[in-house]
Amino acid sequence: METELRNAIRKLLEEKTVDVAIGYGRVGVGGAVGAVFVTSPDEVDQLVWNNECRQNLAVHLTRPEIKALGKIAIVVKACDARAVVVLANESQIKREEIVVVGVVCEGVVKARFDGSNGEQFFEKCASCVEHAPKNVDVLIGDEAKAAELDAKNAPTAATSGNQAKLAKLRAMTSEERFQYWRGEFSRCVRCYACRQSCPLCYCNRCVADKNRPTRIETSASMKGVFAWNLLRAFHLAGRCVSCGSCAAACPAGIELDLLNLTLVNAAKEHFNYVAGEPGVPPLIGTYSLDDEEDFIR
Amino acid sequence: MSSETTAGAGANSSAGFEPKIVAFVCNWCTYLGADLAGTNRLEYPANVRIIRLPCTGRIDFNLVVKAFEVGADAVLVSGCHPGDCHYTAGNFHARRRWKLFRELLDTVGIDTNRIYFSWISAAEGAKFQSLVTEIVEKTRAMGPYQDYRSLVAES
Repeated sequence: METELRNAIRKLLEEKTVDVAIGYGRVGVGGAVGAVFVTSPDEVDQLVWNNECRQNLAVHLTRPEIKALGKIAIVVKACDARAVVVLANESQIKREEIVVVGVVCEGVVKARFDGSNGEQFFEKCASCVEHAPKNVDVLIGDEAKAAELDAKNAPTAATSGNQAKLAKLRAMTSEERFQYWRGEFSRCVRCYACRQSCPLCYCNRCVADKNRPTRIETSASMKGVFAWNLLRAFHLAGRCVSCGSCAAACPAGIELDLLNLTLVNAAKEHFNYVAGEPGVPPLIGTYSLDDEEDFIR
Repeated sequence: MSSETTAGAGANSSAGFEPKIVAFVCNWCTYLGADLAGTNRLEYPANVRIIRLPCTGRIDFNLVVKAFEVGADAVLVSGCHPGDCHYTAGNFHARRRWKLFRELLDTVGIDTNRIYFSWISAAEGAKFQSLVTEIVEKTRAMGPYQDYRSLVAES
């Protein structure tokens, strides 16, 4: 699969279809997998594909310094492919100018704190029903295998992985939930790794950085971290594709993806909306006359 | 605020507790509704602080969080009835946003019973009066919002 991927990228670069390919390579400390930017066909052997390819590379698509390199090819997993679709839907990229190379993904493993690889797969992978990326230009890997894995996870998708964690959380009392998040957020240092790793947090200037006037408390005080984490999660309402980059990037190990999952579930339940479908207008920013208003007096 | 924060356990018995209610209202409907309540001499508790914004579509969810940060015990968000928006659709956009925001607050454990949403038109002074009275009474019974206050006190 790795060879297949390298050949596909080599072809794109040789034929000058693209100027740069964003893929995974062993570039981190101790050979940890991170993003590589391949600009010549001779360099494609840097590219790797394995279950350590946990980052969502779509985050680079909106960066001006990457756009400056020319036409882009990008390696994506199924969840990342959805992020590319959202970026196109929100007019952040021109989809036809990007070559999306999808790779069939059988799940990715969590990194240990020292950067080495654990054996544990991400929770999102346990409930994944989309192993083969959709809306891609080139698909690498065995689609039949992907369909098989999809079918295997399908019966438990709504009750396993993060859904199980969220269900457990939602079963607590409001008070218990507050104390839970209070404990979690107390470790937040406002490093903004969640924001930087998210392909959909692309604002040039984040409201959290605005200071005339200050919109939210900027320190990592309790009220500051609550305001920030609510803000981050809610700005992804109806947009988050559950790629889990935020939680994977969090140095404090806060399960930020559970907050996003709440909104993903709510969008599905109340508005029958799933983010990452081509050509679908954003959930927030549009409205229907029949939207629920049972909570309004 | 400090005297109420330190009221602690006794606060739930509501002895001497005066709830602080922040009402974010739209300029065109609810603000005028509140105005009408005033000109009609309809009496309602003075616990409510009205903050006038152009439209419910402008009522950023951060403002609700901010209200709790500065010691609100309950928040009211109110604007024009669907179809009556001065800007045609601001309240429709807001309605969708609130629906989702309530779910997020619920997961985080912020008490959604302390956040009220309503449609109050410029003609509904009496509705404003009765709703505010109800909110104040319910909040008085619930006591101060200790959870969020302790969070701020820790900051």
